[in-house]
Amino acid sequence: MLESMSLFHLLTFLKFAVILVIILSVAPVMAWVERRGSALMQNRLGPNRIGPLGLFQSICDAIKFLFKEDPIPGHVSKFYYALAPVVSLVPAFMTFAVVPFASTIEVDGRVLGFQLADLNVGLLYVFSVASLGVYGIIMGGWSSNNKFALLGGLRSSSQMISYELSLGLSVIGIIMAFSSVHLGEIVQGQAEVFRQIGPFVLPEWLQVPKWGILVQPLGFIIFITAAFAETNRLPFDLPEGESEIVAGYHLEYGAMKFSMFMMAEYINMFVASSLIATLYFGGYHGLHWVLNLVPLEGMSREWMRIALELGAFFLKVAFFMWFFVWVRWTLPRFRYDQVMELGWKVMLPISLANIFLTAFAVYYGWI
Amino acid sequence: MLVKAKKSFLQRFYLVEVIKGLGITMRNMLFAPKVTIQYPEERRKYSERFRGMHYVKATNGVENCTACMLCPTVCPAECIHIVAGERPDKEKYPVQFEIDVLRCCFCGMCEEACPKDAIKLSTIYEMSQVTRQVYDKDYLAEQRGNK
Repeated sequence: MLESMSLFHLLTFLKFAVILVIILSVAPVMAWVERRGSALMQNRLGPNRIGPLGLFQSICDAIKFLFKEDPIPGHVSKFYYALAPVVSLVPAFMTFAVVPFASTIEVDGRVLGFQLADLNVGLLYVFSVASLGVYGIIMGGWSSNNKFALLGGLRSSSQMISYELSLGLSVIGIIMAFSSVHLGEIVQGQAEVFRQIGPFVLPEWLQVPKWGILVQPLGFIIFITAAFAETNRLPFDLPEGESEIVAGYHLEYGAMKFSMFMMAEYINMFVASSLIATLYFGGYHGLHWVLNLVPLEGMSREWMRIALELGAFFLKVAFFMWFFVWVRWTLPRFRYDQVMELGWKVMLPISLANIFLTAFAVYYGWI
Repeated sequence: MLVKAKKSFLQRFYLVEVIKGLGITMRNMLFAPKVTIQYPEERRKYSERFRGMHYVKATNGVENCTACMLCPTVCPAECIHIVAGERPDKEKYPVQFEIDVLRCCFCGMCEEACPKDAIKLSTIYEMSQVTRQVYDKDYLAEQRGNK
């Protein structure tokens, strides 16, 4: 068995396993961060009983979810009802295939990359897969055969479509600036030096890495706002709303099926955070200066570099995960018409304007 | 009447206001005192006038109650059941003194009505039981407060 498999396949399986473990551990950790973070912001303490700082609370929750009865209501369309949580969860996992966690390393003449699939259409793949996530929600809302659930699914579909436009358009700026849709190349491009703001050349001591946020400040604001809407997080969590449509699309779901929707939400957050880090905050760059502080030579230095890159990437991702939680407990939610107004009347024109501005800058060689 | 609040340009732009809001939540998270009471270890201090679990006050080991029936009379929930008896020294006393605590609404009227300062409501609020208990005379004789 092992002999027939090439080393490439073995490595891919290994990477797949590691990434899967990382992704699966995101949901429980984020559930804990969310609960403790919200509690602290509201001057409470939150779950702090089980394990150090209450960290094992999520494990208890998971065990409870696993052992709960998993009833299927009589009035639902059974096949699609059971399929919906899977459909919302799987695309969330799939997006990670192209995210580069670190740059490549050469081991015994072989180049080892820290991403599952080095696709040359990286960003297009991300968007095509990410847009599949909404089908799970619509399917859940539709198959539940419940008015509230259907309304939740409808809301989420219109919201996702409205904001996917500005999400996609805001990224075009990045693609233009780094002239690539390949995520690895975009990250490599961000290692270059940011020389000038518009026509003004920066002095030598002010030259910082050319991170996406410096090249595309407007695009970044649009992207992060649209990412909030895409992940159905507050202030855009319209698909659920206790006072209006009860629990929305997952109203009829319980036990593990419900927790799969929850996991999909957190994993989507993870995807959005890693995309923000990759596209706008230099991906795995940022900690390389530590290499000059430690006296390491040869291979150990290379592995140190990889470790620093992984560290930098996950630090950035962790910050944006926290940012998602932070924003959720800061901002009140929008009304539905306000969401649509923001999406179509504000975000869309601005993201189109951003493309023109970027084209202008690229034409004059400012970027 | 719908009054539209006047907003400056920066406020209408939202972004600055959002960042201000983020500052507020972060300040609350890091510096504000937390109000949670860590229950089993630390308990809320209730006022001395709190109306909790009942007891019948005793002086020198003898209950103050003379079975005058004022408390069962005033009780709106009709949860106090007293059977009066006579001691050898002709003193009237309760042979049976029961409070059906499941019916009790903790209004404290019995405590107010009592002329002998006998029935009392203590500050104890942890009263859950695994059985449907009726407080009998022995149970109520335990001195649970300093009122």
